[in-house]
Parts: sequence; C-alpha cells; structure tokens
Amino acid sequence: MTGYAVPCLLVGFILYGLYRGVPVFDCFVEGAGENMKVILKILPSLVALMTAVGMFKASGGLDLLTAGLAPLAELLGLPKQVLPLALLRPISGSGAMVIFQDILQNFGPDGTIGRVASVLMGSTETTFYTLALYYGAIGIKKTRHTLPSALSADMTGFVCSALLVHLLLGR
Amino acid sequence: MMTYIWSGLVVLSVIFGALTGRIDAVSTAALGECLKAVELSATLLGGLCLWGGVMKIAEKSGLSEKISGLLYPLLGRIFHGLRRGSAAFAAIAMNLMANLLGLGNAATPLGLAAMTQLQKENPDPETATDNMILFVVLNTASLQLIPTTTATLRLKAGSQAPMEILPCVWLASILSVTVGLTVAKLGCALHRRRR
Repeated sequence: MTGYAVPCLLVGFILYGLYRGVPVFDCFVEGAGENMKVILKILPSLVALMTAVGMFKASGGLDLLTAGLAPLAELLGLPKQVLPLALLRPISGSGAMVIFQDILQNFGPDGTIGRVASVLMGSTETTFYTLALYYGAIGIKKTRHTLPSALSADMTGFVCSALLVHLLLGR
Repeated sequence: MMTYIWSGLVVLSVIFGALTGRIDAVSTAALGECLKAVELSATLLGGLCLWGGVMKIAEKSGLSEKISGLLYPLLGRIFHGLRRGSAAFAAIAMNLMANLLGLGNAATPLGLAAMTQLQKENPDPETATDNMILFVVLNTASLQLIPTTTATLRLKAGSQAPMEILPCVWLASILSVTVGLTVAKLGCALHRRRR
C-alpha cells in the first residue's frame, strides 16, 4: 500500500504542473538548487549533536541513566526494559531504531513489552534532532519554550503508550 | 537551553568514561561521530533537493495553494496570524501532509522550507517566533496515520499482527500533540503578558 504513496505523489504533482503549463523540469532544478544551500547550514549543528550523543552512549552514561531512572519507569507505568528506548527516542532516531529492534528480538513483538515499545516508536519523534535541525537551518539561537513544550508532548506519548496498550490490547 | 544540554553531555561522557574505563570508546566516538553527521547530511541532501524541486512545481502550478486551502480550517486555528495564501502556510500544510502519510524523509525538507518562510516574517532573526515554536512542536510530536518503519520492523521480528498497534499509535499521537501544543500556547500567552 505505502509503496504507492511516493510514486503517485510525484506523478500527481508533475501531471498537475504540466496541465497548468508549468515548465516542470526547470522548476524542479530551481527548487532543488535552493534546498542544496540549506544542507550546508545544517551540517555544523549535526556534527555538534551527534558527537555529544555518541560520546555519551560510548561512555556508558546512557546505561547508568537507565538504571538510575528505573523507579521513574515504574511510576510512569512503563516496563523498565522500554526505558532506554524512551530515553534515546528524543535524542537519536537511528539509536532508538537499534534499541527497538533489540527489544523486539529479546521480548517478542506481540508481548506487552514489544507492544509498548512499538506504540512508543510510532507515536514519538526525535525531538532534539528535529529542534537542532529546524532551528539550526535558519540560524535561530533562542528557542524560548520550544524544548519544554516538545518534551511534555514526548512524556505524554510515553505514558499513553503504556496505558493504551494495557487498555486496548491488554489482558 | 541547547548550550547546557550539549556541554553537559560532553562533560558527563568524559567523566563516566574515565570512571567506567571506557575512555577509549569515548575517544573513538568523539572522533568518529562527525563522520556520521557528514554521512547523514549527504543522505539528506538528495531528499532535500528532490522534494525542494517537487515543492517548486507545486508552488508554480498553484497546487500547494489548493492543498493548504483544505487544511486551513484546522491549521488556521493553531497558527496565529498566518495568511491563507502565504508561502509559509503552504509549506506548513505540505509538511503536515507528508508527516501524516508517514513520509518522514519528505517531511523534513518541507519543514525546513516552512521554517525559512517563517523566518522571513520574524522581526528578530535569532529568536524563535510563536508560530515557529508551534510548528516545531507539531513536528516533534509525530502525527502519523501509517507508522511504516515501526510496522516493517515488527513484521520482520515475526509479529502475528504488525498493524494491531495502530489505534494505540493514533490515540497516543493525538494526545501528545494536544498536550505539546497546549503547553506551547500557554508559554506564548505567558510571554505576551510579561511584556
């Protein structure tokens, strides 16, 4: 099903452009060129962020944080095995993917732990990465209350994934 | 905010690394992660150019105006003082569409285009505007109709029903978006009162 989404979208846009008499190829090249400059602005913040997160993971800091926050997991109703995923999810998309796969393999996709992890993956985003990327690209330095707002959304997502799995799929 | 988080992460890694005897791994990460950042931007570069080009076609043919018209009743209520026909509004609408379809890679460049448009209306180019905050929160809360990646990974792990999580994902997303936007709106209201 989703295999059709991208090709259909592309064909739809191009056909509509042709129907309206737009020189689609020249337009495409112009737009692509404009976006090329954006990537150069993003790279510095990506280097900064990925270096810090990579170092933190390698130092064992993340494991320590997970162990220390086990009581918090209990409070939120999250299985403690899902906590590393919840912690890493806002910071690193690829890191979260690695842990998610690990959870699915160790605890099975259809058990409570696997389901909670799945809902959590599907309903939250890499908050810090998105923030750095979006603001970095246009040179915003003062982000005001963006981070607390975004983190409150993440927190709601975590609690809800545990709660909803119990309510809708639980035994 | 990012200053503290970033420097905190780096300082703590060195301290933990020294304590746990993993300082070599920390050193490797410090030197190697920047390469991954370059790899990631190279990966993004193609997608950015592709969807930038497609967006331009949509813009010139008047298609983005049509799409944003459909989403105006909802988005006009969230974003403050955003004009219906504006380029910023069109980009926000397209970004939301891509997110809903689960096209994360397509949504990012569209989101960056929206941020660039919002920046043009910003009186202080170093400080985020209310609408930027709302837009970033909307993106970090991940509104998805089809969580493609998650379902694919579940299928690969041998799940009997990879899509059974859908209702939970929808409800959890809607609740988290609502909470995020409410907190953001409250923050904006507080800020305005203080001035």
